[in-house]
Amino acid sequence: MNLLRRKLVKTAVFVGTTASLVGTGVLLPQRVLGAYATAAFEAKDVDGAISGSLGSGSVTASDSVKLKAPDIAENGAVVPVTVSSSMANVTAISIIAKSNASPLTSTYTLSAECEPFVSTRIKMAKTADVIAVIKADGKLYSATKEVKVTIGGCGG
Amino acid sequence: MASIKIRAKAKDGVTTVKALISHPMETGLRKNSKTGEKIPAHHVTEVTAEHNGKQVMNANWSGGISKNPYLSFKFKGAAAGDTIKISWVDNMGKGDSAEAQVK
Repeated sequence: MNLLRRKLVKTAVFVGTTASLVGTGVLLPQRVLGAYATAAFEAKDVDGAISGSLGSGSVTASDSVKLKAPDIAENGAVVPVTVSSSMANVTAISIIAKSNASPLTSTYTLSAECEPFVSTRIKMAKTADVIAVIKADGKLYSATKEVKVTIGGCGG
Repeated sequence: MASIKIRAKAKDGVTTVKALISHPMETGLRKNSKTGEKIPAHHVTEVTAEHNGKQVMNANWSGGISKNPYLSFKFKGAAAGDTIKISWVDNMGKGDSAEAQVK
Protein backbone atom coordinates (compact mmCIF):
# COMPACT_ATOMS: atom_id res chain seq x y z
CA MET A 1 0.00 0.00 0.00
CA ASN A 2 2.86 2.31 0.73
CA LEU A 3 4.33 1.45 -2.62
CA LEU A 4 1.37 2.91 -4.41
CA ARG A 5 1.64 6.04 -2.35
CA ARG A 6 5.34 6.39 -3.20
CA LYS A 7 4.57 5.96 -6.85
CA LEU A 8 1.90 8.64 -6.74
CA VAL A 9 4.21 11.07 -4.98
CA LYS A 10 6.99 10.37 -7.45
CA THR A 11 4.72 10.88 -10.44
CA ALA A 12 3.38 14.10 -9.00
CA VAL A 13 6.89 15.44 -8.43
CA PHE A 14 7.97 14.41 -11.92
CA VAL A 15 4.94 15.98 -13.58
CA GLY A 16 5.47 19.11 -11.54
CA THR A 17 9.11 19.51 -12.52
CA THR A 18 8.53 18.71 -16.15
CA ALA A 19 5.73 21.24 -16.38
CA SER A 20 7.81 23.94 -14.78
CA LEU A 21 10.77 23.12 -17.03
CA VAL A 22 8.61 23.38 -20.11
CA GLY A 23 7.16 26.58 -18.68
CA THR A 24 10.56 28.19 -18.36
CA GLY A 25 11.59 26.93 -21.77
CA VAL A 26 14.40 24.69 -20.53
CA LEU A 27 13.07 21.56 -22.20
CA LEU A 28 11.95 23.19 -25.41
CA PRO A 29 13.95 22.40 -28.51
CA GLN A 30 16.16 25.13 -29.94
CA ARG A 31 14.02 28.16 -30.36
CA VAL A 32 16.57 30.55 -31.72
CA LEU A 33 14.13 31.84 -34.29
CA GLY A 34 10.34 31.96 -34.04
CA ALA A 35 8.18 29.86 -31.74
CA TYR A 36 5.18 28.00 -33.18
CA ALA A 37 2.24 30.39 -32.98
CA THR A 38 -0.66 27.97 -32.51
CA ALA A 39 -3.22 30.75 -32.07
CA ALA A 40 -2.23 32.34 -35.36
CA PHE A 41 -2.66 29.07 -37.22
CA GLU A 42 -6.06 28.51 -35.61
CA ALA A 43 -7.25 32.02 -36.42
CA LYS A 44 -10.17 32.06 -38.83
CA ASP A 45 -9.63 35.53 -40.22
CA VAL A 46 -6.78 37.32 -41.91
CA ASP A 47 -6.27 39.89 -39.14
CA GLY A 48 -5.87 37.19 -36.52
CA ALA A 49 -3.44 35.34 -38.73
CA ILE A 50 -1.29 38.41 -39.22
CA SER A 51 -1.29 39.66 -35.65
CA GLY A 52 -0.69 36.18 -34.28
CA SER A 53 2.23 35.40 -36.53
CA LEU A 54 3.97 38.74 -36.99
CA GLY A 55 2.68 40.84 -34.13
CA SER A 56 0.06 43.54 -34.26
CA GLY A 57 0.51 46.74 -36.13
CA SER A 58 -0.94 48.33 -39.19
CA VAL A 59 -0.17 46.62 -42.47
CA THR A 60 0.84 48.81 -45.39
CA ALA A 61 0.44 47.58 -48.94
CA SER A 62 3.78 48.04 -50.65
CA ASP A 63 5.19 47.66 -54.14
CA SER A 64 8.46 46.55 -52.58
CA VAL A 65 6.86 43.25 -51.66
CA LYS A 66 6.83 40.93 -54.64
CA LEU A 67 4.33 38.11 -54.62
CA LYS A 68 4.55 35.62 -57.44
CA ALA A 69 1.61 33.25 -57.83
CA PRO A 70 -0.30 31.93 -60.83
CA ASP A 71 -3.35 33.85 -62.12
CA ILE A 72 -5.20 30.59 -62.47
CA ALA A 73 -4.40 27.48 -60.46
CA GLU A 74 -5.94 24.38 -61.98
CA ASN A 75 -5.22 22.36 -58.89
CA GLY A 76 -5.94 24.12 -55.62
CA ALA A 77 -3.92 21.52 -53.74
CA VAL A 78 -0.67 22.75 -55.25
CA VAL A 79 -0.30 26.49 -55.77
CA PRO A 80 3.29 27.67 -56.13
CA VAL A 81 3.92 30.93 -54.30
CA THR A 82 7.12 32.98 -54.18
CA VAL A 83 7.59 36.00 -51.96
CA SER A 84 10.53 38.34 -52.29
CA SER A 85 11.28 41.93 -51.44
CA SER A 86 13.68 44.74 -52.15
CA MET A 87 13.54 45.92 -48.54
CA ALA A 88 16.35 45.56 -46.05
CA ASN A 89 16.16 44.00 -42.58
CA VAL A 90 13.33 41.62 -43.37
CA THR A 91 12.93 39.38 -40.34
CA ALA A 92 9.77 37.43 -41.10
CA ILE A 93 7.43 36.48 -43.92
CA SER A 94 3.88 35.09 -43.67
CA ILE A 95 1.86 33.61 -46.51
CA ILE A 96 -1.92 33.78 -46.12
CA ALA A 97 -4.67 32.27 -48.28
CA LYS A 98 -7.73 34.37 -47.48
CA SER A 99 -10.55 31.86 -47.92
CA ASN A 100 -8.93 28.83 -46.33
CA ALA A 101 -10.48 27.46 -43.14
CA SER A 102 -7.34 28.58 -41.39
CA PRO A 103 -5.88 31.34 -43.56
CA LEU A 104 -2.31 31.31 -42.27
CA THR A 105 -0.41 28.72 -44.29
CA SER A 106 3.08 29.43 -43.10
CA THR A 107 5.41 31.84 -41.36
CA TYR A 108 9.13 32.08 -42.03
CA THR A 109 11.56 33.61 -39.58
CA LEU A 110 14.69 34.81 -41.31
CA SER A 111 18.06 35.42 -39.72
CA ALA A 112 20.23 38.38 -40.67
CA GLU A 113 22.05 36.29 -43.30
CA CYS A 114 18.87 35.51 -45.21
CA GLU A 115 17.79 37.28 -48.36
CA PRO A 116 14.12 38.32 -48.29
CA PHE A 117 13.04 35.38 -50.44
CA VAL A 118 10.85 32.37 -49.77
CA SER A 119 9.23 29.99 -52.21
CA THR A 120 6.81 27.16 -51.45
CA ARG A 121 3.59 25.49 -52.54
CA ILE A 122 0.32 26.08 -50.70
CA LYS A 123 -3.19 24.61 -50.71
CA MET A 124 -6.16 26.79 -51.56
CA ALA A 125 -9.77 25.86 -50.86
CA LYS A 126 -11.19 28.15 -53.56
CA THR A 127 -10.57 31.29 -55.58
CA ALA A 128 -9.24 33.88 -53.17
CA ASP A 129 -6.60 36.46 -52.47
CA VAL A 130 -3.17 35.27 -51.49
CA ILE A 131 -1.58 37.75 -49.13
CA ALA A 132 2.13 37.96 -48.43
CA VAL A 133 3.04 39.94 -45.34
CA ILE A 134 6.63 40.76 -44.51
CA LYS A 135 8.12 42.33 -41.43
CA ALA A 136 10.92 44.80 -42.12
CA ASP A 137 12.42 46.99 -39.39
CA GLY A 138 9.50 45.99 -37.17
CA LYS A 139 6.87 47.27 -39.61
CA LEU A 140 4.47 45.19 -41.68
CA TYR A 141 4.11 45.41 -45.44
CA SER A 142 1.91 43.33 -47.69
CA ALA A 143 1.21 42.34 -51.26
CA THR A 144 -2.00 40.73 -52.46
CA LYS A 145 -2.80 38.70 -55.53
CA GLU A 146 -5.98 36.92 -56.50
CA VAL A 147 -5.57 33.33 -57.59
CA LYS A 148 -8.43 31.65 -59.43
CA VAL A 149 -8.82 28.02 -58.46
CA THR A 150 -10.59 25.82 -60.98
CA ILE A 151 -11.49 22.50 -59.49
CA GLY A 152 -11.59 19.67 -61.96
CA GLY A 153 -8.61 20.91 -63.91
CA CYS A 154 -10.57 22.02 -66.98
CA GLY A 155 -8.61 25.23 -67.24
CA GLY A 156 -9.90 28.76 -66.78
CA MET B 1 14.69 7.24 -43.89
CA ALA B 2 15.47 9.88 -46.30
CA SER B 3 12.43 12.11 -46.33
CA ILE B 4 14.29 15.25 -47.37
CA LYS B 5 16.02 16.15 -50.59
CA ILE B 6 18.24 19.20 -50.50
CA ARG B 7 20.00 21.20 -53.19
CA ALA B 8 22.14 24.14 -52.19
CA LYS B 9 24.04 26.24 -54.68
CA ALA B 10 26.24 29.26 -54.06
CA LYS B 11 26.47 31.98 -56.68
CA ASP B 12 27.90 35.48 -56.23
CA GLY B 13 27.90 35.06 -52.44
CA VAL B 14 24.23 34.12 -52.24
CA THR B 15 23.29 30.53 -51.56
CA THR B 16 19.97 29.25 -52.84
CA VAL B 17 18.63 26.30 -50.90
CA LYS B 18 15.85 24.13 -52.30
CA ALA B 19 14.32 21.33 -50.30
CA LEU B 20 11.63 18.73 -50.87
CA ILE B 21 10.12 16.87 -47.93
CA SER B 22 8.04 13.71 -48.26
CA HIS B 23 5.02 14.16 -46.04
CA PRO B 24 1.25 13.57 -46.39
CA MET B 25 0.36 17.04 -44.96
CA GLU B 26 -3.18 16.16 -43.85
CA THR B 27 -5.14 19.22 -42.73
CA GLY B 28 -7.53 17.32 -40.47
CA LEU B 29 -10.48 18.60 -42.52
CA ARG B 30 -10.52 15.92 -45.20
CA LYS B 31 -12.87 12.96 -44.87
CA ASN B 32 -12.39 9.39 -45.88
CA SER B 33 -14.71 9.01 -48.87
CA LYS B 34 -15.78 5.48 -47.93
CA THR B 35 -16.34 5.71 -44.17
CA GLY B 36 -17.04 9.44 -43.87
CA GLU B 37 -14.63 9.64 -40.96
CA LYS B 38 -12.30 12.56 -40.69
CA ILE B 39 -8.68 11.89 -41.48
CA PRO B 40 -6.71 13.19 -38.51
CA ALA B 41 -4.42 16.16 -39.02
CA HIS B 42 -0.88 15.14 -39.80
CA HIS B 43 1.31 17.92 -41.07
CA VAL B 44 4.76 19.38 -40.63
CA THR B 45 4.72 22.18 -38.08
CA GLU B 46 8.30 23.30 -38.06
CA VAL B 47 11.23 23.31 -40.46
CA THR B 48 14.63 24.63 -39.51
CA ALA B 49 17.68 25.18 -41.67
CA GLU B 50 21.21 25.36 -40.33
CA HIS B 51 24.38 26.51 -42.04
CA ASN B 52 27.48 24.94 -40.45
CA GLY B 53 25.49 24.42 -37.24
CA LYS B 54 24.07 27.95 -37.09
CA GLN B 55 20.35 28.39 -37.62
CA VAL B 56 19.58 30.60 -40.61
CA MET B 57 15.89 30.03 -41.22
CA ASN B 58 12.87 28.71 -39.37
CA ALA B 59 9.51 27.96 -40.93
CA ASN B 60 6.22 27.32 -39.15
CA TRP B 61 3.70 25.49 -41.26
CA SER B 62 0.02 24.62 -41.03
CA GLY B 63 -1.84 22.02 -43.05
CA GLY B 64 -2.21 24.73 -45.68
CA ILE B 65 1.08 23.74 -47.24
CA SER B 66 0.85 21.25 -50.09
CA LYS B 67 1.54 17.55 -49.81
CA ASN B 68 5.22 16.67 -50.18
CA PRO B 69 6.20 20.26 -49.41
CA TYR B 70 8.70 22.28 -51.39
CA LEU B 71 10.66 25.07 -49.77
CA SER B 72 13.25 27.41 -51.17
CA PHE B 73 15.11 30.28 -49.55
CA LYS B 74 18.32 32.27 -50.02
CA PHE B 75 21.02 33.39 -47.65
CA LYS B 76 24.44 35.01 -47.71
CA GLY B 77 27.77 33.93 -46.28
CA ALA B 78 28.11 30.32 -47.33
CA ALA B 79 30.87 28.89 -49.51
CA ALA B 80 31.03 25.72 -51.57
CA GLY B 81 31.53 22.70 -49.34
CA ASP B 82 29.69 24.15 -46.36
CA THR B 83 27.07 21.99 -44.69
CA ILE B 84 23.37 22.76 -44.87
CA LYS B 85 21.19 20.84 -42.46
CA ILE B 86 17.41 20.83 -42.71
CA SER B 87 15.18 19.25 -40.10
CA TRP B 88 11.42 19.04 -39.69
CA VAL B 89 9.00 18.11 -36.91
CA ASP B 90 5.31 17.27 -37.42
CA ASN B 91 2.28 17.57 -35.17
CA MET B 92 2.57 13.91 -34.18
CA GLY B 93 6.05 14.46 -32.83
CA LYS B 94 7.84 12.72 -35.65
CA GLY B 95 10.71 14.31 -37.46
CA ASP B 96 13.70 13.85 -39.67
CA SER B 97 16.78 15.73 -40.74
CA ALA B 98 19.22 15.63 -43.62
CA GLU B 99 22.45 17.31 -44.59
CA ALA B 100 23.88 18.42 -47.91
CA GLN B 101 26.96 20.25 -49.12
CA VAL B 102 26.76 23.64 -50.80
CA LYS B 103 27.82 23.42 -54.42
